Amino acid sequence: MSRKTTATRQAVVTVAAWTIGFLIFFPILWTIILSFKSEGDAIKAPLDVLTSTWSLESYHEVQERSNYLKHFWNSVVLSLGSTLLALLIAIPAAWSMAFVPGKRTKDLLMWMLSTKMMPAVGVLVPMYLMFRDFGLLDTRIGLVVVLTLINLPIVVWMLYTYFKEIPGEILEAARMDGANLRSEILYILTPMAVPGIASTLLLNVILAWNEAFWTLQLTTSNAAPLTQFIASYSSPEGLFYAKLSAASTMAIAPILILGWFSQKQLVRGLTFGAVK
Amino acid sequence: MNMTLRAMLGATVSLTLAGAALAETTITVATVNNGDMIRMQGLMDAFNAKHPDIKVEWVTLEENVLRQKVTTDIATKGGQFDVMTIGTYEAPIWGKQGWLVSLNDLPADYDVDDLLPAIRGGLTVDGNLVAAPFYGESSMVMYRTDLMEKAGLTMPDAPSWDFIREAAEKMTDKAGEVYGICLRGKAGWGENMAFLTAMSNSFGAKWFDMDWKPQFDQQPWKDTLTFYLDLMNNYGPPGASNNGFNENLALFQQGKCGMWIDATVAASFVTNPKDSTVADKVGFALAPDKGLGKRGNWLWAWNLAIPAGTQKEEAAKTFVAWATSKDYLALVAEKEGWANVPPGTRTSLYANPEYQKVPFAKMTLDSINAADPTHPTVDEVPYVGVQFVAIPEFQGLGTAVGQMFSAALAGSTSAEDALAQAQAMVTTEMTRSGYIK
Repeated sequence: MSRKTTATRQAVVTVAAWTIGFLIFFPILWTIILSFKSEGDAIKAPLDVLTSTWSLESYHEVQERSNYLKHFWNSVVLSLGSTLLALLIAIPAAWSMAFVPGKRTKDLLMWMLSTKMMPAVGVLVPMYLMFRDFGLLDTRIGLVVVLTLINLPIVVWMLYTYFKEIPGEILEAARMDGANLRSEILYILTPMAVPGIASTLLLNVILAWNEAFWTLQLTTSNAAPLTQFIASYSSPEGLFYAKLSAASTMAIAPILILGWFSQKQLVRGLTFGAVK
Repeated sequence: MNMTLRAMLGATVSLTLAGAALAETTITVATVNNGDMIRMQGLMDAFNAKHPDIKVEWVTLEENVLRQKVTTDIATKGGQFDVMTIGTYEAPIWGKQGWLVSLNDLPADYDVDDLLPAIRGGLTVDGNLVAAPFYGESSMVMYRTDLMEKAGLTMPDAPSWDFIREAAEKMTDKAGEVYGICLRGKAGWGENMAFLTAMSNSFGAKWFDMDWKPQFDQQPWKDTLTFYLDLMNNYGPPGASNNGFNENLALFQQGKCGMWIDATVAASFVTNPKDSTVADKVGFALAPDKGLGKRGNWLWAWNLAIPAGTQKEEAAKTFVAWATSKDYLALVAEKEGWANVPPGTRTSLYANPEYQKVPFAKMTLDSINAADPTHPTVDEVPYVGVQFVAIPEFQGLGTAVGQMFSAALAGSTSAEDALAQAQAMVTTEMTRSGYIK
């Protein structure tokens, strides 16, 4: 009896999960579908859209008009660069918070997180002035620093919860065997935390890839990533849905593929510590 | 040894000279994503042939993103752009701040007197032309000639609001998914408020009186909003409070709107057989009036301006003069046909017999001429701007009021409440900003 209930329940949960998953994915799916339609067909009623002819016209036009590879390369540099830099700072920080917590560690963590709660536009002008004076406007290095700082609280938090799961005794044992701080972090802690670090890395690459405020405000052409590539195809006066969809699909494809292959690590990293 | 040294020196000198001869100036141009601007990017070969020493780097962005970006850049003197595409809203405000380079010294063959007076007036600050118009637009009525005929009506060239209401009623066939009229409902200072502010001008309403006191508690605004809501609720498409330009364009192209009052630039879209199912059944008329001497049409232009403080003023001026010249219009006509020439900036274009053959040419010109940004309303007002008030606070105010009016269209508040809220909110903000003493 109880087995039957479980089976029914599981079926219901599965259906519900798939439905929710599909609903969340639907806008992306629709974008991809529209990218293969002509501008005229893209605005038709949903059923007519599906039955109309498929074409690569929008992709051709987008390719002709913009330098996709330049934007793509900038996105890669910005997202990987900022994530690696953030990890470099966050691993020691999370180590000290997890294994040698002080009185104020919790407050410190909360304070770090609170910086994420401020609307970015509130500091736009001071940031812009600093970038102007340091000659960092439209440079990749400037944006790498900004994206690092933006994502640092999340990186520290994720690593912190991960490190908390590692028994301190192992580190103590290493110390007894004569490991110094450097080898303790490098040879004991990091290898044990590799899954956690990997999921943190993935999530932050995605966050940095999708960051669309600072990357739009602080770049013009040299350092402009894919967010600007998309923004150049949106228009409030003129229907360019097909081209916009094609540009969006091209911009999200790399990260979508990356996410697809690493979903296991992502889910694990995100739910880690939540089941305690 | 000596020979080698001499040869090396000689080589260095000649290389330096060659370098100097090849030195080119790169200017960065920020622009909006619309058909005319994209077309220009495709025609840059002609510019490069004439000015091989100037290289143009384009930064194309969606209008609202662009606005935020260039505003930040110019206000902080960031110097990221040498030429900026700005609207008629920004031009007078930025010109007054001294942020823009005066274009009074453009060469004589530029023929500045050829610019349409209404457009030029909106871009002149204290006698200085602060931006050169690239393309201008107004708003007008686009209607389905077949449905109008079926309704037994004839659209006059200059209709009244009462006629529009009557026609909307007769054209509506909700069972057949044909709605008499499609108008903007989406909240935003450049969305529903562009339409409603222009419409209110024809009803004798205004945003502020001469003492900068908001006027939403006055009868003309009440009449405007009630008329609009009545029109849309009875003869408009469902969910109209989410409709902006693009949504209405899609509806019209699919044959679901009897009439649509919106930007003149839409004419080239709805008459394009590639995208529009009603391309051969569209007529045009001036925006409606109420017999008070003002029509409900707006005036907008996208203009090229040079931020003060750019290091490349000369090159930027050369580019601006080329892009907004008569020669450029002729170039587009030659390569892409007269219907694709950027409209609404030059008198000579409308005098051209070839251009007069374009079906919406005359109506566009008449609409632009019917708007006067320096005297936009029936009564005297302290501000410039037809569908906006050219003060920095307007973007925020317009969008907030737009949300109240959009809510009234969605049915979540009444017209009276929306107007009362608008009056209270605008009064508070204008007092805080120091306009109301």
